[in-house]
Amino acid sequence: MEPLAAIDSRRLTHLRQLEAESIHILREVAAEFERPVMLYSIGKDSGVMVRLAQKAFAPGPLPFPLLHVDTTWKFRDMYAFRDRFVAENRLELIVHKNQRAIADGVNPFDHGSNKYTQIMKTHALLEALRVHGFDAAFGGARRDEERSRAKERIYSFRDRHGQWDPKHQRPELWNLYNGKVKRGESIRAFPLSNWTELDVWQYTWLEQLPIVPLYLAAPRPVVERDGTLIMVDDERMRLQPGEVPRTEVVRFRTLGCYPLSGAVRSTATTLPEIIQEMLLARHSERQGRLIDHDEEGSMEVKKREGYF
Amino acid sequence: MSTPDGDERTQIERDVLGYLHAHEHKELLRLVVVGSVDDGKSTLIGRLLHDTGRIYEDQLSAVKRASAKGATRGAGSEAEVDFSLFTDGLRAEREQGITIDVAYRYFTTARRKFIIADTPGHVQYTRNMATGASTANVAVILIDARQGVVAQTRRHAYIASLLGIPHLVACVNKMDLVAWDEAVFARIAGELSAIAGEMGIPDVTCLPISALRGDQVATRGAHAPWYDGPTLLEHLETVPIDADLNLTALRFPVQYVIRPDLDYRGFAGQLASGVVTVGDEIVALPSGRRTKVTAIDTFEGPIATAFAPMSVTLRLTDEIDVSRGDMLVADVPPTIGTRFDAHLVWMSERALDPARSYVLKHTTRSVRAEIERIAGVVDPETLRLAPAETLSLNDIGQVAIRSHQPLFFDAYRTNRATGAFILIDSLTNDTVAAGMIRGGGDEGGARDVKAQVSASERRARLGQAGAAIAIGGPGALERAYLVERVLFDAGVIAAVVPREAAAVVAAAGLVAISVEAIDGATLDGVAIDGSDDDEATARALLAALDRAGRLGEREPFD
Repeated sequence: MEPLAAIDSRRLTHLRQLEAESIHILREVAAEFERPVMLYSIGKDSGVMVRLAQKAFAPGPLPFPLLHVDTTWKFRDMYAFRDRFVAENRLELIVHKNQRAIADGVNPFDHGSNKYTQIMKTHALLEALRVHGFDAAFGGARRDEERSRAKERIYSFRDRHGQWDPKHQRPELWNLYNGKVKRGESIRAFPLSNWTELDVWQYTWLEQLPIVPLYLAAPRPVVERDGTLIMVDDERMRLQPGEVPRTEVVRFRTLGCYPLSGAVRSTATTLPEIIQEMLLARHSERQGRLIDHDEEGSMEVKKREGYF
Repeated sequence: MSTPDGDERTQIERDVLGYLHAHEHKELLRLVVVGSVDDGKSTLIGRLLHDTGRIYEDQLSAVKRASAKGATRGAGSEAEVDFSLFTDGLRAEREQGITIDVAYRYFTTARRKFIIADTPGHVQYTRNMATGASTANVAVILIDARQGVVAQTRRHAYIASLLGIPHLVACVNKMDLVAWDEAVFARIAGELSAIAGEMGIPDVTCLPISALRGDQVATRGAHAPWYDGPTLLEHLETVPIDADLNLTALRFPVQYVIRPDLDYRGFAGQLASGVVTVGDEIVALPSGRRTKVTAIDTFEGPIATAFAPMSVTLRLTDEIDVSRGDMLVADVPPTIGTRFDAHLVWMSERALDPARSYVLKHTTRSVRAEIERIAGVVDPETLRLAPAETLSLNDIGQVAIRSHQPLFFDAYRTNRATGAFILIDSLTNDTVAAGMIRGGGDEGGARDVKAQVSASERRARLGQAGAAIAIGGPGALERAYLVERVLFDAGVIAAVVPREAAAVVAAAGLVAISVEAIDGATLDGVAIDGSDDDEATARALLAALDRAGRLGEREPFD
């Protein structure tokens, strides 16, 4: 990797500038909040965010734990990656599950992606924040992901119910973030706000960050459902009458719960090939996420309720 | 159509590593795009995103569906894509058919990565434009060719100058609706240059465009053969932004102290300005203790030199007491004080209460502060200061502030990072104002006189506003000096200067005369009808200056 100061004419490249700005955000939140936490979703954005945090506080450890809100329906590869990643980087990880919902048997098949996401992700997240008393939570969301994200602040204020009001956001100027909250209120902080999908991949490549193998193409058992390829990752997958899993060479542009993640047919087996495919692609990355399509403006509805 | 085309596509296909390597070296440019209602701002941004391949097919087809539904225009025809829909954000706004907040958009070309702050242009949204403008290198202002320069245009230019944006681009849009009339464009461009001169914006560029049809946005259209300047995208890719960075004086606000064990104490922060090298002597504020930098640490290891806006960790020779909110400085010291003058953009529905104190956040330092005096509210259209008892939402005020603890600051004009602050209402915790420090107050003799002079003050003193005259053709230099003499004798302060100095000199309130590779003479880019008689040309320029309102209130020259 290129040393920071070797850049000619004392001007940072766009990635180094984004990096410097993100490190600034991470340090501001760590300095101004009593109990921050970093949401860790195991995906590529989380990988970049953790690396930026390591850079922000080196040679010290991260001054906050990671939190994985576990729906129990992630890909097996994701769990394996998570446990190895946390051990190798000596990170403190809290795993939180909505135990009551699990006991009630909530699953993506019977409850529909909308309700399932609300219970297993949004409710679980809010519960975790409350139980541990976190007053700031880092998320890896980017403004280029979805239209309602484009207006999201870097410090996104949430009321005591974890809810977001798009009409009453605090103005955010320069790099002067307003971290004042009352007891029970919190912020979500988005250090990757100004990064794009390409920036994240390019940085992952530059920094040689590890990624979950699911991002790379490999033969995997899938079924095609309403035009979307769903991977049959374990025996809990409910096949519809007539559905027979077949092996196809596929990969994932975004990772989530396996029954809700659409795979794409691809032959990209290296990071540069992924980037190449993305650059030449004709569809946005969230297309593979089933939860966005439920209704128009669905992300905004979820965010108002407390979703990341 | 919506993905990289031609050469770029070929390169990605053949040599993605080479492509990635090239893209590692891109610069980041932030721009704010503003326009009055219906100037076509959303269409322009949608067009930029679309033409640079940032719109994917699923998004395009969603927008095509919505265009057909006629979400913003009644019955939209299916064939015509409503580009404005690409940038339409939140549900509440979609229902109203307008955007009401700042949204950020991203696109990239082979040379630069761009971040667009998309801000609405309604009068009541000064707040939003100030927000988008605070981090911008470039302001793109849209002007409807049919309307020309309107009051809103002046407001937008003023906010751009207030927020210290060094580069202004005026897009004269909807040129297709005025039959691509060159004279219309020239008139608007001339008026805009005059405004920029008055407001002290050093770099102005005007472009004739049609956002709807795409002419001169990402590609050159066929409708303006008389226009030989760059397209908007070409301009954004090449406008020099290196000099915008303040590398002259070290300002390192301490964000966080890293202390993993007893042997290591590092001061983490992002350089607000300047350069620091291992071995440099620095001063820690507020203690005033002098010490040396022993190491500049990063995750990758120690480095010899760091410059703004890098985020690094500094170690110091002496065990001095430094914590968050302190500042490490070198070179010309900042002003240290509790009193200063500032511009405030009021952003809250609760008006300013001079009897209360607010939380003031400046760099990494938060202190209590009061507004001691409201000098007045600035009318962004006339630049006049009107007396005021308070500031309300979207008011721009000139105030004197007193903080309970000292701040270490520079004038905003010389240093955006150490001249900016926000005010927070400690009852509601809302951000209620954005502040730009004009200079130190009258305590301890620390008044920063330089930073106080505004374009309007200069105008009052000089009795004229700045302008740039360019002269070309054979014997141009000789004629330039003749023009200088004629203007000087008429009481105008004018000077022949090198071409690259013209904008700066004009921004300072003088009439800059420079030799350029043109035929004849121009005033702020607009051709002046001359004749073979050099002195007649000089008099024509004088008359043009007067008509353009640069010469203030004085006796007619004739």
